[in-house]
Amino acid sequence: MSSFAEFGALVKNRHKPKDKPSDTKVALGFLAPWLIGAICLSLIPMVYSLVISFTKYNMIKPPQFVGLMNYRHMLADPRFMNSLTVTLVYVIVSVPLQLIAALALAVLLDRGMRGLSFYRSAFYLPSMLGGSVAVAVLWKMVFGSDGLFNAFLGLFGIDTTMSWIANPDTANWTLIALHVWQFGSPMVIFLAGLRQIPRELYEAASVDGAGKWRQFRSITLPMLSPIIFFNLVMSIINSFQTFTQAYVVSGGTGGPSDSTLFYTLYLYQQGFASLRMGYASALAWIMVVIVALLTGINFALSKFWVHYDD
Amino acid sequence: MREMRDRQHEQDAYVELGSGAGMNPHRARSIARVVGAVAKQVVVLLLAIMMLYPILWMVASSLRPQDEIFTNMGLVVTKPVWQNYVAGWNALSYPFGRYILNSLIIVVFAIIGNILTCSMAAYAFARLNFRFRGVLFGFMLLMLMVPIHVIVIPQYIMWNSLHLINTFVPLILPKFLAMDGFFTFLFYQFLRGLPRDLDEAAKIDGAGHIRIFFQILLPLMKPAIGTCAVFTFIWTWNDFFSQLLYLTKPDMYTVPIALRTFIDAQSQSSYGPMFAMSVVSLIPLFLVFTFGQKYLVQGIATTGGK
Repeated sequence: MSSFAEFGALVKNRHKPKDKPSDTKVALGFLAPWLIGAICLSLIPMVYSLVISFTKYNMIKPPQFVGLMNYRHMLADPRFMNSLTVTLVYVIVSVPLQLIAALALAVLLDRGMRGLSFYRSAFYLPSMLGGSVAVAVLWKMVFGSDGLFNAFLGLFGIDTTMSWIANPDTANWTLIALHVWQFGSPMVIFLAGLRQIPRELYEAASVDGAGKWRQFRSITLPMLSPIIFFNLVMSIINSFQTFTQAYVVSGGTGGPSDSTLFYTLYLYQQGFASLRMGYASALAWIMVVIVALLTGINFALSKFWVHYDD
Repeated sequence: MREMRDRQHEQDAYVELGSGAGMNPHRARSIARVVGAVAKQVVVLLLAIMMLYPILWMVASSLRPQDEIFTNMGLVVTKPVWQNYVAGWNALSYPFGRYILNSLIIVVFAIIGNILTCSMAAYAFARLNFRFRGVLFGFMLLMLMVPIHVIVIPQYIMWNSLHLINTFVPLILPKFLAMDGFFTFLFYQFLRGLPRDLDEAAKIDGAGHIRIFFQILLPLMKPAIGTCAVFTFIWTWNDFFSQLLYLTKPDMYTVPIALRTFIDAQSQSSYGPMFAMSVVSLIPLFLVFTFGQKYLVQGIATTGGK
C-alpha cells in the first residue's frame, strides 16, 4: 500500500473483459462477514448520522428535525472554531515535521550503518507505545513544571519552572512533540522504500560528479515521492483524529483555556458528555468535509512533486 | 547481502583512490571517512538515547520513593522500591489484574476475528470473480480513509438500544465482521504474491474453494497472519476512544480506562504508583514488540514497501 497509483490500478483493473463473474455464490460466502459489517456497521450508520445531523437528539426524546440549525450553529460557536484551529495547527505542523524526521533518519540509516537493526528498533519503539494512555501520562510528567524537559533545558543553562502542559501557549506544542517522537513508523516504511531504489542510479550519478545532496534531490526524493505522498495523506487523515493524547494530557477538558481541545475531543464532549447527538453528528460530517478538502489539496499539489514511473 | 554490497562499494572506492593518487590523499580521505562514520554513529546513538530516555526514566521512577521522583532525573536506581507496584496494583476498586484480564479478553477475540474474517474477505477479492468486485473493493479502501466519527454516534445509539453498553460485544463483534480494512488489504496483498498454480493444482484434485482456502492458502499465509496478530494486539491494547465509550462500569474497565481513572483519582503525592501501573501497562506491548518485530517489519514490507 505504498502509493495511490497502485491503489488506483487495483480498483480499475479488477475486471478483465474475459473474466466472467462465475464465483458469485462462493464469493458471497467468503465476503458474508464483511458484507454484514459494511452494511450494518458502516453504510447504515453513515446515512443515519447524516440524517440526525439535521435533528436535535439527546437519546431520551425522539429526534426533532431542525434543518440546518446544527450547521449554522457551528459558525457561531467559538469553541468549534477554536478546536478547528487547534487541530489544524497540530496537523499542519506535526505531520511534515514527523515525515522529515523519518526521511532524514531513514537516509542516514540506509547507507551501511553499523547496528542498523538496533537503531531501527530503538526508533520504532516509540511508535508502538506512543498511542497508549501510559505514554500520554508520561508526557504530562515530562513537560510538567519539575519534569524531564525543564531538567534537560537546565543542562544548557536555561532555568525555568514553567509547566509546558499548563501553559495555553505551549500545551499544543507538547502534543506536536509527542507526534514527532513517533517518527519510527514512517521511517521503517521509507527504509523499505529506499531499498527498492536501484544502486546503479547512485553509481551513475556519482560518476557524473553529483554530490550527496544532489543525489538526494535528484534520485532519492523523486524515487521515494509516491511513498512520501501516500504517508503524507494518510498521516494527515489520521492525525486529524487524534484523541487519546489530548484527552489524557488535559484530563478530558481540552484545557488549559481550550488549547488542546482537539476536534475529536470537542465532538466527544458534545456527543457523549452533553448528549447533543445531532450537533456531534454535524461536527463529524464537517470533519469528513475538511479531511476530504485537505486530501484534495494534497492531490492537487502532488502534480508538482510526486513522480510515478509510468 | 546489503552490507556485503556496501563493503564491496567501499573497497572499490579504495582501489580507485589507491591507484590514482599518491599515498597521502588516500590516507586523508580514509581518515575523513572514518571520522565521518564515527560522527554519524555518535549522532544517531545520542538521538536514540534521547528518544528512549523518557520511557527509561519512567521505569526508573516507578522504582523510586515518592520524594525522589521529581528530583532525580537519572536512570540509576540504587535501591529499588517495589512499594509503588503494590500500592498501584490495589489503588482502584479492583486489583489491576482485573483490568489486564479484561484487556486480554478483548485482544484475543479481536485477533481471532481479524485473522479469520479479514483473510476470508481478502480471498474473495484476490481470487474470485464476482459481480461488483471493483465497487466493493473500492468501498473497502474508501472506508480506510473515512473518519470513524461519522459512524460512531449511530453505532453507539445502536449498541445502547440493544443494551450492549458495558459488554465487550461492541468492541469484539466488529472484528468478526472484517471491519479493519487495513488487514483485509494486507492479506489481499499477500495472497496476490502466492502463485495461482497452487489453487489450480488443488482444483484439479477436486478441492473446492473452502478447502483451497483453509487447507492450502491459509497455512502459507503465516507471515501475514503474524503481522495481523501483532498489529491487532498493539492497536487494541492501546485503543482508548471506543473503550472509553462502551465501558463505563469499573468491573468492565480495561487497562487504558483504568489508568485514566487512576490519574483522576490521584493526588499530587502519588505519582510512584501511577508510574508503576503505567509501566505494567506497557510490558505486554514491549513483549509483543520484541518478539513480533519480525512480523511488524514484514508487514510494512508487504503493505508499505512494495
